[in-house]
Amino acid sequence: MSTRIRESRGQEMVLTAAVAIVIALLSLLPMLRLIKEIVAPGGTLSTVAIKAGLASPATWIATWHTLVVGIGGTLLAVLSGTLVAVLVTLTDIRARSAMVLCYVMPLMIAPQVTALAWLQLFGPASPFLKLFGAAPPLGTRNPLYSTSGIILLLGVQYGPLVFLLVRAGLRKLPRELVEAARAGGAGWFTVLVTIVLPLMTPSIMAAAALAFVSCVGNFGIPAFLGIPANYLVLPTLIYQKLAGGGPAVLGETAFLSVLIGIIAMAGILTQEIMSRRRDYRISSTSLPAEPYELGRWRPAVHAGMWLLIIVVLVLPLFGLVLTSLVPGYGIALTAKTATLDNYRFVLFEHDAASRAFFNSFWLSIAAAFFAVLVAVPIGYLIAWGKQRWVRLLNLSVELPYALPGVVLAIASLLMFLRPIPLTGIQLYNTVWIILYAYLARFLVLALRPTISGYHQIDRALEEAAQVAGAGLFTRMRTIIFPLVAPAAIAGGLLIFMTALSELTVSALLWSSGSETIGVVMFSFEQGGDSNYAAAMSVITVAVTFLLMLVTNLLAPYLPTGVLPWRD
Amino acid sequence: MARLSLDNVTKSFANFDAVKDVSIDVGDGEFLAVLGPSGCGKTTLLRLVAGFEKVTSGEIRIGSEVVSGKGGSVAPEKRRVGIVFQNYALWPHMTVAENIGYSLKVAKLDKAVARRKVEDALALVNLQGLGERRPANLSGGQRQRVALARCLVAAPSLVLFDEPLANLDVHLRASMEDEFASFHKRTGTTIVYITHDQAEAMALADRIAVMDGGRLAQLATPRELYHEPANEMVASFISQGILLPADVLSAEERGHCKVRVLGAELIVRCRPGERPRTGAKVCCRSADLDVSPDGPGFDGLVKRVIYQGGSARIEFTPSTNPDLTLHFEQPDPVALESGAQARLRIRSGWLIPAAGAAS
Ligand SMILES: Nc1ncnc2c1ncn2[C@@H]1O[C@H](COP(=O)(O)OP(=O)(O)OP(=O)(O)O)[C@@H](O)[C@H]1O
Ligand SMILES: [Mg+2]
Repeated sequence: MSTRIRESRGQEMVLTAAVAIVIALLSLLPMLRLIKEIVAPGGTLSTVAIKAGLASPATWIATWHTLVVGIGGTLLAVLSGTLVAVLVTLTDIRARSAMVLCYVMPLMIAPQVTALAWLQLFGPASPFLKLFGAAPPLGTRNPLYSTSGIILLLGVQYGPLVFLLVRAGLRKLPRELVEAARAGGAGWFTVLVTIVLPLMTPSIMAAAALAFVSCVGNFGIPAFLGIPANYLVLPTLIYQKLAGGGPAVLGETAFLSVLIGIIAMAGILTQEIMSRRRDYRISSTSLPAEPYELGRWRPAVHAGMWLLIIVVLVLPLFGLVLTSLVPGYGIALTAKTATLDNYRFVLFEHDAASRAFFNSFWLSIAAAFFAVLVAVPIGYLIAWGKQRWVRLLNLSVELPYALPGVVLAIASLLMFLRPIPLTGIQLYNTVWIILYAYLARFLVLALRPTISGYHQIDRALEEAAQVAGAGLFTRMRTIIFPLVAPAAIAGGLLIFMTALSELTVSALLWSSGSETIGVVMFSFEQGGDSNYAAAMSVITVAVTFLLMLVTNLLAPYLPTGVLPWRD
Repeated sequence: MARLSLDNVTKSFANFDAVKDVSIDVGDGEFLAVLGPSGCGKTTLLRLVAGFEKVTSGEIRIGSEVVSGKGGSVAPEKRRVGIVFQNYALWPHMTVAENIGYSLKVAKLDKAVARRKVEDALALVNLQGLGERRPANLSGGQRQRVALARCLVAAPSLVLFDEPLANLDVHLRASMEDEFASFHKRTGTTIVYITHDQAEAMALADRIAVMDGGRLAQLATPRELYHEPANEMVASFISQGILLPADVLSAEERGHCKVRVLGAELIVRCRPGERPRTGAKVCCRSADLDVSPDGPGFDGLVKRVIYQGGSARIEFTPSTNPDLTLHFEQPDPVALESGAQARLRIRSGWLIPAAGAAS
């Protein structure tokens, strides 16, 4: 190789190597470590861990519960999400963007906040029900502490996820397929049942698989609604075991977390197999169909949609705000009793709470910042890279996010329980282990928009710089980064919003001094201090909304679909 | 079978008129082709007739019923029209037989009857035995036949085609053209057939409607369109007519008049009632030109000769009018060479009627 050739390939090789190392550290290593713990606990191959896990009845009960709420929540999410997607996309409903924004909002709110909000709405202490004197007497069990309660909230939380995917599918439906059926004499409802929905099965099944994985891996909702009723699913079982037994039970929980991983994978595989049989690839670039005119049904459909939005979004948030203003449990809210003490308490007086705000903020900022920085070169290799194997990178970055968060948390614990070899650095019991897990888990949230950003840019822009003599690193700094920056930064903001009130991972990794907002909220609620938990929730929700507004400013520079709440 | 009439139909998208003031009467059992350059509003016109779009103003009647107009619009599923799309629009989740039988199923027809009708429709388009296939496993021509069978199975009174052959190769196109023609003869269905291929339109249609920029440029039989174009657009669009500036020297007499073109005087065909005027245009075809005649004519420069196999396309600039470039075909053996001087004579032509003259 001549020196000139070596020089020109050098920078690309450095970049590739750096990216490979980051991805190995963040996604491959933890997964391998977890698998090693299962098949070879203590370093030698054995089936002890698996046998012990299988023999425990708690495992089976929790697995059963996981499947019940997973499938139930998925069904509810698919039904509601698909219905709303059809109404919003195919009919001449008004105020479409506002509807999409409001319906998708629950997706941006952390599950445990959703759970808390609904609990406050229906519980015996509900300030909302007390406004009409309709609250059940104190001491009554909250109706949401039940299987159906968990299923309901999972459906509410992930209905928007299904909605987004099905809506994307519906938008690609060529109008001729609908029109041919109408010319054949079919009315709108017949067209919907015989043409539109069958054609949407691939989208709907992909959405169902995603919703299933999310339901199965959800910690916040079954933690808030299930633990009080002693109804444990796998993530909450793992949490309880670790909370009670510490590192000693790590092997046992490793088995359980792999079990969740397998259930999630089974969901994805089922979808793969089923959709392979029904591969209706629509490869037309036609316009979307004319919206169906609702005519005299329009007021009724509008009323129904806004009622749904009031029930799933407005009322719970309203209940949350009311609770955060009540001075103590069970006290009715009046102009006299309303107080901001709860806010003062969590922000300034309670040590762990104020520490949690500090921790969560800097953890989210660090995770977002790092992800943006790394997403640009990784996205470059994936979107524009010449080597085929690089595309595998994409898959391995998706993995930690696709798998339930509990899996990654346990894997991180296993990796860092002992000091890092050679350096002696101890991450266990520090805030750094949480940062590591956030980086691994959320990287993909910045990577996806960045890649779609790359696909929108004309590669000639880079090539022109190349011809002008700029090396890879120079091009990256002066041409590529400025071009993909809006997409990458939007991804970073999504990470910030998600990480700010994250609970699943930090619930397993926190230690005294490294509490996160989610963790403190959870312990307030468990200790019966819903008012404080509500105040913290209101603050995080407000920050999230504020950030959504800021992110909207980027919207004109973003590929469509990067901001889920924007139509 | 039904008559179709459009009365001053206009369709605007936002501030843009895709179809403007179009009036067409399609007779019972007539085969009407709609021809025009891309974007002239052909598809929009068809979608208005099918009921997928609402008219902005004007009225559409099928048979004696007003289907679109001020009073509202009959839903597409109630119009009993068949439609064949350019991209076939076959439903990928149904077999060929299910695709064809869809409208029968929607109409809740007896299963056995429906199956027989589907068999008949398959036979009609020569696809016997392919009923259980999926559309994805068919060739382009087979897909187009399925789309045709699907629209015919319900025996619609009016069938609309939107560039049905545009995605097929040349050979297949010719054989499908024959099939459409024989289908029309056999059933006598009223057909509106959109195409941008004029050979196709000429071969199939009783009458052709030429559209330009949303307006109807001319509605006439193929023969009339070719020989007596109503305006410059039609003249140059149909078979690339050659347009030449002319002064009319004498009034019309038995369908002819005397004109001066590029300094030479000649007799051309014209409409009744033409009077002497200046700034007129004459349309002639390659066949109307004599190259290197001995007698009168006009001289000029052969700018380019593009050989096309069997004939050549010539670019010619008359010396009296160097801004003008004439394009015409010259059959083999081609005598002209690029850069050479040559003389042309126009044997006959058609005087384009003055703008605004009634057609
Ligand atoms: N839904 C629509 N909204 C806005 N403009 C439209 C719409 N449909 C068609 N147009 C415009 O109307 C004009 C006519 O479109 P149309 O599809 O009828 O053309 P066409 O003659 O069928 O062209 P082609 O031969 O390319 O198919 C075009 O300029 C098109 O951009
Ligand atoms: Mg068209």
